[in-house]
Amino acid sequence: MNLKTTNPALYYLQRAAFYLLVIVIAFYLLAPFLWAVLTSLRSPGDLFLPPAQFITAETTFQNYTQVFSNPNFQRGLLYSLIVAVGSVLISLLIGSFAAYALGRFRFKGKQIIMYVILAVSVFPQIAVLSGLYTLISNLGLYNNPVGLILTYLIFTIPFTVWVLTSFVRDIPGELEEAALVDGASPLQTLFQVLFPVMMPALVTTGLLAFINAWNEYLFALTFTSTNRTVPVVIANYSGATQFDQPWGPIMAASIVVTVPLIILVLVFQRNIVSGLTAGAVKG
Amino acid sequence: MTVNPTAPARPVRTRGIEAARARQAIWLLLPTLIAIALVAGYPLYRTIYFSLFDANLTTPDQRTFVGLGNFWFTTDEGVSLGFLQDPKWWGAVKNTLLFTVVSVFLETVFGMIIALVVNSTFKGRGLLRTAMLVPWAIPTVVSAQMWSYMYNDSFGLIGRGLLGGQALLANTDSAIWALIAVDVWKTTSFMALLILAGLQSLPSDMYEAADMDGASKWTQFWRLTLPLLRPALLVALVFRSLDALRVFDIMSVMLGNVNAAATSMTGYARQALIDNSLLGFGSAVSVAIFLIIMVIVVIYVTAFRVKFD
Repeated sequence: MNLKTTNPALYYLQRAAFYLLVIVIAFYLLAPFLWAVLTSLRSPGDLFLPPAQFITAETTFQNYTQVFSNPNFQRGLLYSLIVAVGSVLISLLIGSFAAYALGRFRFKGKQIIMYVILAVSVFPQIAVLSGLYTLISNLGLYNNPVGLILTYLIFTIPFTVWVLTSFVRDIPGELEEAALVDGASPLQTLFQVLFPVMMPALVTTGLLAFINAWNEYLFALTFTSTNRTVPVVIANYSGATQFDQPWGPIMAASIVVTVPLIILVLVFQRNIVSGLTAGAVKG
Repeated sequence: MTVNPTAPARPVRTRGIEAARARQAIWLLLPTLIAIALVAGYPLYRTIYFSLFDANLTTPDQRTFVGLGNFWFTTDEGVSLGFLQDPKWWGAVKNTLLFTVVSVFLETVFGMIIALVVNSTFKGRGLLRTAMLVPWAIPTVVSAQMWSYMYNDSFGLIGRGLLGGQALLANTDSAIWALIAVDVWKTTSFMALLILAGLQSLPSDMYEAADMDGASKWTQFWRLTLPLLRPALLVALVFRSLDALRVFDIMSVMLGNVNAAATSMTGYARQALIDNSLLGFGSAVSVAIFLIIMVIVVIYVTAFRVKFD
């Protein structure tokens, strides 16, 4: 701050350099996405235009109408929603039981269980791909969203348990002791005392797990053939001929699956940062 | 648990409650443990089991035991059949390691710069913090498609605009750098978020003291910020490295499954397993990837003494 009075020229030069850096960072973070939005609003014929003319070319929503009338895309949205919501709800339910036990109870072998759960969360998915494939076909769940819900538990459960455990630990113990003295069972205590307090944590964890499940690609690509989720549909979006990549509709579909996520992330900004750091930094 | 000698009845009762609590804990953990055993434990066991057999994905019941033959096997005619003898596998390993080291390094440096900028006070700080979340919120497949379009040699902003019609993704050597750029763009924000959270937990009085002593901002960064940030930084590094080592999505989307097999270990394994239906061979490759990643986890945890609470 002294620099402002002692050497104003240097001060303003420093400020200018700093703001230039801010602009460069903002441009780097946002430009690719904005370019995709712009592309989704251009007609196929305008894609060849040089950038300056491309930016000012006529805006059209034809890519969006085309994408929404595509039955594969409609089905993809539906299956993505079913699979992500299903796996997140199961994980939150049984994960919160586990988190309650790990965060509040003292018992032998707790450390080992924590390490097993952590190990599963760094698991390479490919290591279980062949085992899961045979399991899924034996259960008759190939190409069935239930199969995906089941397999997605491999990453949603460790994540929810890990993050919720660190939240449970931070809840003051008095709340629960009162319930225990009144003779409430652990499940009653969990549902009636801890759940209301944990609501923000459950929403945050659920949202982060939802994002992971919504984005999953390897299992969705491998365990389904026609009942595909949205990432697989977008990855394989094809045009009229094999060599024609319909970039306009691909970008429109990409924007459609991304915008809800961005809105959710922006609305829950603070919770998300605390959820990520609880999951990653604290352990 | 401290035992109070003047009240002999209490420790017994506490122990009774402890035992009851321990039993309850097992019941609470049971659903999670069953789910993990079903979707992780059992499939992992099956993968290891199949890696010792010659089997086809469509007929897993007709299998013959080959021991470690999927890993290393030379026929009497001198034909090499093990995947460890396949130069394509080693190419995939090399590309994955290059991808991991370069992208995690760049993400850490850029993430640090962005976090330091967002952590200082200026007009529009909230907006930049919000912008930071955007690349992270975009699904990987979507960002892969967005960048494929930008790299396209006849339409793309980068492929046609900057490079004058060069097909960056057509050749594996240039493609790996193009893929690194995508991964860095996508996950730098994640790194920046974690570093920012670490920065905000640093005590401000230490910086005031350093200011009084006349330490420059540069010295403060190297002597104070970096050492204090170490634990947060290391955990972020471990998680990012492990993510990068199992990369598959962006290769598969941007290069197609055939070229993805030459560029990532996961792509190689998936091609063997699913596209070529080689259940035993593909399982063996998966086991190798599992071992590589576990060894790296152990190295990280012991060398940097990373603590997971």
